Amino acid sequence: MRQYIDKKNTQKKAYYNDRFYKAPQVPKEEVDSDEVFAKDVESLSSKFNLKETYIQRGQLVVYIEAKDIVKVMTFLRDELDYNFLSELSAIDWLAKSGEFEIFYQMLSTSKRKRMRVKYFIKEKQEIQSVMGIYKSADWAEREMYDMFGVKITGHHYMKRILMPDDWHDHPLRKTYPLHGDEEAQWYEIDKIFGKEYRDIIGPEERDSAKIVEKDTHNFARIKHEVPFGAEYSEEPVDTDYQEEDGILIVRKLSKKDVKILKERP
Amino acid sequence: MAQHQVNYASTGGLPVALTTADHLINWGRSNSLWPLTYGLACCAIEMMASGASRFDFDRMGVIFRASPRQADVMILAGTLTKKHAEFTRRLYDQMAEPKWVISMGSCANTGGMFNTYATVQGADRIVPVDIYLPGCAPRPESLQYALMLLQKKIRKEPASRKLKPKRLV
Amino acid sequence: MQKVNRLKPFFENLVFEREDNNMIINFGPQHPSSHGQLRLILELDGELVTRAIPDVGYLHRGMEKMAENMIYNEFLPTTDRMDYIASTSNNYGFALAVEKLIGLEVPRRAQIIRMMLLELSRLTSHLFWIATHALDVGAMTVFLYAFREREYAMDLFEEYCGARLTHSAVRIGGVPLDLPQKWLIHLMKFINDMPEAIETYEGLLDQNRIWKMRLEEVGVITPEMAQSWGCSGPMLRGSGIAWDIRKEEPYELYDEVEFDVPVSDRCDSYGRYKIHMQEMRESLKILKQLIPMYKETSPELMAHAPKYISAPKEQIMTQNYSLMQHFVLVTQGMRPPVGEVYVATESPKGELGFYINSQGDPYPYRLKLRAPSFWHTSILQELLPGQYLADVVTIIGNANIVFGEIDR
Repeated sequence: MRQYIDKKNTQKKAYYNDRFYKAPQVPKEEVDSDEVFAKDVESLSSKFNLKETYIQRGQLVVYIEAKDIVKVMTFLRDELDYNFLSELSAIDWLAKSGEFEIFYQMLSTSKRKRMRVKYFIKEKQEIQSVMGIYKSADWAEREMYDMFGVKITGHHYMKRILMPDDWHDHPLRKTYPLHGDEEAQWYEIDKIFGKEYRDIIGPEERDSAKIVEKDTHNFARIKHEVPFGAEYSEEPVDTDYQEEDGILIVRKLSKKDVKILKERP
Repeated sequence: MAQHQVNYASTGGLPVALTTADHLINWGRSNSLWPLTYGLACCAIEMMASGASRFDFDRMGVIFRASPRQADVMILAGTLTKKHAEFTRRLYDQMAEPKWVISMGSCANTGGMFNTYATVQGADRIVPVDIYLPGCAPRPESLQYALMLLQKKIRKEPASRKLKPKRLV
Repeated sequence: MQKVNRLKPFFENLVFEREDNNMIINFGPQHPSSHGQLRLILELDGELVTRAIPDVGYLHRGMEKMAENMIYNEFLPTTDRMDYIASTSNNYGFALAVEKLIGLEVPRRAQIIRMMLLELSRLTSHLFWIATHALDVGAMTVFLYAFREREYAMDLFEEYCGARLTHSAVRIGGVPLDLPQKWLIHLMKFINDMPEAIETYEGLLDQNRIWKMRLEEVGVITPEMAQSWGCSGPMLRGSGIAWDIRKEEPYELYDEVEFDVPVSDRCDSYGRYKIHMQEMRESLKILKQLIPMYKETSPELMAHAPKYISAPKEQIMTQNYSLMQHFVLVTQGMRPPVGEVYVATESPKGELGFYINSQGDPYPYRLKLRAPSFWHTSILQELLPGQYLADVVTIIGNANIVFGEIDR
């Protein structure tokens, strides 16, 4: 029987789950418990529609609407003094609800506070670039597009950044397997040698523990230094550095002349 | 007539040595291995360390060159990714014969711990490899040992070898 | 046979032959002074750079995807290979993020050992930086001198954990080993020898005419630029903004030790060079203070949290329940609570952040690595235009970028 693979979510799953185990929650605190954050949320909520706000592990989390993002970011930078956009990325919830969750990690050096702005978008929905407000969003947005395929409008150079331009699919989506799809597995062979060389070079060896001692065509030539494609033989191989009869002009090292230090000077 | 007897075939004693051209050429080749500075990832730091003060590769005739045209050995130090693979092949093709490849570290050998979509699972899918050096990252001493083994390997093979493809063409 | 036209150069749709006098140069991805696998496409007017397109991704190994398919303890050694010059700082950043997610308290001795390793790795990183940067600019002597001292720091690491480069010496919940005998004596010797070495480098470089000419007024980052591009660490402090996470949001025992945060408002490469040298001195100061603090602590090394952390080895060997717990933690992995956390630490390069989204499974649902070098590389596209071609090398070397963490 073939092994069942969940195509929608290829992430590794725990092989055993306790039926009665209910995962605890990281505590969420009320916004009022922190003075600075309470003020920030108050001024934010007077202008924008905030869906949810709470403090988790000392950082404020604010859920906003996707269409507000540019205005919220401008407001955060100009009015609330969050001068750094330190991180920006997406989380893939496609298998669960068909949505991406986008988060923006903000830092205010004057208030010494960090907050997170978040919102959900549908799979094919486009989001607005915040590059005009924080230039650091430039590459982060490109990376988000590269890894998740989230389309971004208003970006000056929307191209892949980490993967090659002719790469197929977006690697960090949960549908993408860890070892890559077929395009990925033959990528370098196709590019350098051509598709017709797939058979000659053969598929990738993904089992990292596999060793075939008698195989002289591949890497597994442990303890047997033999020419490529030679017949396998049981004869041991010497691993001495210098040949027995010495090397031309190079003096043979004798162990008597060597001084061994007990400790490094 | 002078009575002394000289064994011209032995090494040392006199500034005369009789040998074959093969030996002489291989002696020269093996004692001036110029590697290409081809640092890819973590192993490159150890490769640099082996070129620097404590391990000092220069005394073995190993001088790092920045251009493939001047290099004999390609030390693939680090993870080879699929995006980079074509450049590796191009640099290998640019090197003049005879040329050798040391694959340094687990990543270059087999993909190592990076068993993912983006990593080439073994540099020998792209270029023929002479010495596989295990470790993550291999210590400078291991790299030294690998170079010594490569020298030995060079001394063993005929100098006028036909440019036979090792594995991949 | 390989087809001749198979490896066609692919240059982002840029046309090389042009009507005007501009020239396009492809720098990298394999260039001795590109510090790894940076590729720059530079448009030149004479010797002046008019446009620069950095191209990264040549070391993308899929770490974030790996993290999603690994239990938390399994992923820890992978973080070593991010910023491989100071690997402990990555281990620590990840361990701290998971500890924050769980809500763990780490024993005091473990905290002190971690701080020692962190500061040592800051030293090795800065030494490496000065070595390669000076080599790129043309001062070969500094390279050899700095590597000499770096080897001594490596010896200390080796004595503690056995590895030179990739330590994995920090675990989630503490450290696995106590300091070996005589380690503190060796550390003390290192601390005593270092200031002289730093003075040697400064003596070689500070008033060196070539060094000054090549660094002063080169790569000017204004404070506004630094904020907008999300710079951190020495790149930010070199622009006159005093922001050190160790000072502002203290983790471990950084609030108990005394140290200064060097800031320079010169905004250029030379200012950042001075900051790096001063930071090495501050690190030594911290290390010196940690030695007496270490001697006062009790010998616990791992946090006590049976749900998440295995018991000490003796306990596993003698007590049945600890053994069972250990077995479950190794085979299935710990299950942190549902929630998310973003933890930033001050790595030698800048703000190293780990964002973890946990859904209560042994595998993180999403793990985002915020590597400082990524943001310092993106600034190149604004920094390079207007500079000369020779200064490109200075700026790249000065930014202290490491490709393991840019491409992850």
